[in-house]
Amino acid sequence: MAELEALKISHDPTEIFTRAVQPALWLLIFGQVFERMHPMNGPVRYIDFMTPGILAQSTLFIAIFYGIGIIWERDLGLTHKFLVTPTPRAALVAGKALSASLRSIPVMIIIYLLAIFLKVDLVWDPLRILLVLVIVIIGSILFSTFSLIIACLVKTRERFMGIGQVLTMPLFFASNAIYPIDIMPHWLQTFSRMNPLTYMIDALRSAMLPGPVSRNILLDIGTLITVSAVLIIIGGSLYKRVIT
Amino acid sequence: MGIILETKGLSKRFGKLAVLNDLNISMEKGEIFSLLGPNGAGKTTTIKMLTTLLKPTSGDALIDGVSIVKDPYRVRKLIGYVPQMLSADGTLTGYENLLLFGKLYDIPNKEAKRRALEALEFMNLSDFASKQVKTYSGGMVRRLEIAQSMLHHPEVLFLDEPTTGLDPIGVKTVWEHILKLKDQFNTTILLTTHIMEEADKLSNHVAFLSRGKLAATGTPEGLKSSLGKENVSMEDVFIHYTKESLDTEKSFRDLRISRRTTSRLG
Repeated sequence: MAELEALKISHDPTEIFTRAVQPALWLLIFGQVFERMHPMNGPVRYIDFMTPGILAQSTLFIAIFYGIGIIWERDLGLTHKFLVTPTPRAALVAGKALSASLRSIPVMIIIYLLAIFLKVDLVWDPLRILLVLVIVIIGSILFSTFSLIIACLVKTRERFMGIGQVLTMPLFFASNAIYPIDIMPHWLQTFSRMNPLTYMIDALRSAMLPGPVSRNILLDIGTLITVSAVLIIIGGSLYKRVIT
Repeated sequence: MGIILETKGLSKRFGKLAVLNDLNISMEKGEIFSLLGPNGAGKTTTIKMLTTLLKPTSGDALIDGVSIVKDPYRVRKLIGYVPQMLSADGTLTGYENLLLFGKLYDIPNKEAKRRALEALEFMNLSDFASKQVKTYSGGMVRRLEIAQSMLHHPEVLFLDEPTTGLDPIGVKTVWEHILKLKDQFNTTILLTTHIMEEADKLSNHVAFLSRGKLAATGTPEGLKSSLGKENVSMEDVFIHYTKESLDTEKSFRDLRISRRTTSRLG
């Protein structure tokens, strides 16, 4: 499945560049303007704080609309063909999610390139970058599987777009992507701590920014993997519903 | 020859609507069997149940002795399926499309490559193997899809309206290749169609469904002579056995599906 997606992207590379526009705008405009408000009371520059958040946000935005592709495939009849093969459904879903995650890799590269341009203080140790890649892939799998589950439940493009919009913004704002959790109102903090995106951003910050990798990252990644696994199992049992 | 597929009181209800009611048919190994009937008669529902995409409300079917209700996983290894909509991946090449299904059917890589090339050759698509499928004609996509569904050498092949939406040349080549499959590999094929000439030309046996019930079954010749007139065509047989259900009420659902077919390879 993942191979299939890689082949597709290699046949049509334009979409990679269109996907790069959004994170670039966030970093270049939002980041630059916000920086001037001196939002961080400490040695960390805002753009440094924000860059891992924007990487996670881009991953989320790409992954959360993956379900539309599932509905599209259903309309094409591809899903029917997948479902009559003896491949276990959960494996199909996992393969789909992994292939979705490939699309976030070019975005990660672009964010790193922008980071050079903006002189963001990132760690350039290849092992740490590899760690970042792993986190991005796991996060992608999590949110694209979530998206697939929604697609299997709502079944039409129109409803899916509506729900996708409704979900993305709360996930993004109720996370520590562009501001720390500590400054949130209490009720939002509670929600934020249940938000998988928060764990992903926490892990990314730890891996991308200077300083030793915090031990918390194990908890973060563990949480992401557990949630992904649960979602894949749910997705596997719901996948066939998209064709009815 | 032996029975390869047998349905036993196969039924499906969606809420109160009985889409298929107590279907009993059987197919012999190596034959082509056509399922005919007006839109909404239950043909696609039958195929979906036999291919384990849909659970029957009651009844069962055995494919090579394996129950579609009790062991859908094993059934999936025994069958190949080509859905109504043309659905090969337009951005991949023909060869890549085949390899993908080699993976999904868990065929070892080397073997899958060999079979893919063989299948392309068989379907006269070798020259187009490394071209993206969106450059194919409808008939070529259909042949590729049939190749895809045959890669794991299934016992029974299900073709849901294999020639709908194809131009006359596409229809002709698809027919030739379906017959070639039967002749060379003794493949058992269950197909649905609205083209009576197709049913007449290809099938050993046909069954007419009407409003979810079996209206008639037999050989094309046998059914024609059952009308007791001269110069009977399959169209006459169709009208004779299904006329009571020729209302337009349910047909808009199929219209939606054929509209999808036309916009497929974006």
